[in-house]
Amino acid sequence: MPEDTLNSTMIVGSNIRPAPTLRVDNIRVAYGNTPIIDALSLDIKSGALTAIIGPNGCGKSTLLKAMARVLPVQSGHVLLNATPIHDMPTREVAKTMALLPQGPVAPEGLRVKELVAQGRFPHRSLIRQWSRDDAEAVARAMAATDIQAFADRPIDALSGGQRQRVWIAMVLAQNTPVLFLDEPTTFLDLKVQVDLMTLLRRVAHEDGRTLVVVMHELNVASAFADQLVMMRGGAVIAQGAVNDVFTQDNLLSVFDLSARVLMDPESGRPVCIPQVSP
Amino acid sequence: MTGMRAGVFLFAIPGLAFVFAWHIAVGAKVIPLRTVVEALVAYDETLFDHVVIRDLRVPRALIGAAAGAGLAVAGALMQGVTRNPLADPGLLGLLAGASFLVVLGSFAGLSAPSAIPALAAVGALGAAALVWGIASAVPGGATPMTLVLAGAAVTAFLAALTAIMLLLDETSFDSLRVWLTGTLAGTRGATEIWAVAWLALGLTVALSASRQVTALAMGDDAATGLGVNVQKLRLAILLSVVALTASAVALVGPMGFVGLVVPHIVRLTVGHDYRLIVPGAALGGAIFMLLADIAARMLLAPVEISTGLITALVGAPFFVWLVRARL
Repeated sequence: MPEDTLNSTMIVGSNIRPAPTLRVDNIRVAYGNTPIIDALSLDIKSGALTAIIGPNGCGKSTLLKAMARVLPVQSGHVLLNATPIHDMPTREVAKTMALLPQGPVAPEGLRVKELVAQGRFPHRSLIRQWSRDDAEAVARAMAATDIQAFADRPIDALSGGQRQRVWIAMVLAQNTPVLFLDEPTTFLDLKVQVDLMTLLRRVAHEDGRTLVVVMHELNVASAFADQLVMMRGGAVIAQGAVNDVFTQDNLLSVFDLSARVLMDPESGRPVCIPQVSP
Repeated sequence: MTGMRAGVFLFAIPGLAFVFAWHIAVGAKVIPLRTVVEALVAYDETLFDHVVIRDLRVPRALIGAAAGAGLAVAGALMQGVTRNPLADPGLLGLLAGASFLVVLGSFAGLSAPSAIPALAAVGALGAAALVWGIASAVPGGATPMTLVLAGAAVTAFLAALTAIMLLLDETSFDSLRVWLTGTLAGTRGATEIWAVAWLALGLTVALSASRQVTALAMGDDAATGLGVNVQKLRLAILLSVVALTASAVALVGPMGFVGLVVPHIVRLTVGHDYRLIVPGAALGGAIFMLLADIAARMLLAPVEISTGLITALVGAPFFVWLVRARL
């Protein structure tokens, strides 16, 4: 089997808590005194893949980081089953939501298996050592991402696409009902992007997990997301089902992009084709 | 894999026991290993060799092992938390800060056994803050290189101030002058008890935080996502590094390069998980320090040279290799 073909092992995990509701309620996020996001509210659909798209600097990464409590909110709340996550112990939050940051760095020399095992961090403690649950979660995550073949290799020795699959395996092993991924496909070949998004969509649909993914490639987002959130200038301009949001008008107003939007007759999903001025 | 790597400890522990016995055997008069073992297991106070072993050589070996363990664990933590392969209590100025304040304390009449590790801790913390501040103010921020350069500048400056204080009163600071080169010779009485208490504090924090250090090595965001309280962990690690450095300085003076060399060698054998690196560095640091002290007493025997000179002779080329290979 070629390395980059994902196998069809079922991902369905045991012990995953049912997907909670996730709401962003009127948050303000700032770096120093400069507000990046102000008065933003958003409902995330449970058990679905939501893609956040928008031009560079629109605040999509900032929103994701605030939802994942990596950034503090100055006002408002991120509500997980109606509990504000910024008030919860970070270890408890980590049992419910996982985060794959943008361009993550592996400790030098760490092996694939060891990195994936880090995903079990919130489920372990000084007293509670490595258990069968841990081993199962790691094995399942590695099977789902098809990385068993290089389990014992150091991360530095892998290609970009393989490395990203290892990171995804790590957050899958965390066995959380909510996953945040910040540009997991940027800088990868289109084929690799398609493989990764296929995997992420299966995680959402087969496991019933809630995925929120910040993305760059518009057509890949439109092909794989269930829900789209379009942002500009720190605000949500449009949100909803892909076919309702991915329109010529929205692309123009959010991205300043003149493009035709066509329907792919096979998938029934919209595709944008940028207009080239002569 | 982890099991196999943990197996390294099966060799390291007897290794430490052997080096410990060997270290005791070496000295002005070489004592056969057999006598060393006898003195340790069946002490006979009528035998002169046994008395020498118990009163002079065992304390020296224990001090060396403790200081080596402390410095190596401090270096490993600094390298892990800052993602900087060149982090080391010596290179980043902590040793100079600690010894400067100890000498300043002696100058001001503060040389009670309990005061020395405390002064060393305050000095290490102050120097660390100074080095971090200078490196952060440089365009480009605190990179491994700017940190090492700032560390060199702060070390040179504090060493000059220390030298001035020593010149002011040559005779009474004679023992401090030897101590400042890093030595296991000459005990400082009750200071050791206090230093070992600081060491125990530092090691306890280091061991209990080791699991989180591996997560933190993946970056702040990823660590937070895994449930690490990054601010709290950083503070705990800083406390641990300062306590370990202070205890080592109180025991043997500013012994350079131990914290740089040992963690890198330990990583080659146990991998990159800090749950193994921290205990591995403690063992490795003890072995390294005892070997350095054996060399210090054997190379130019019967003349004994400062152990710190040996660690520098080994560490400086290692540092050059690290810069070439890792930066």
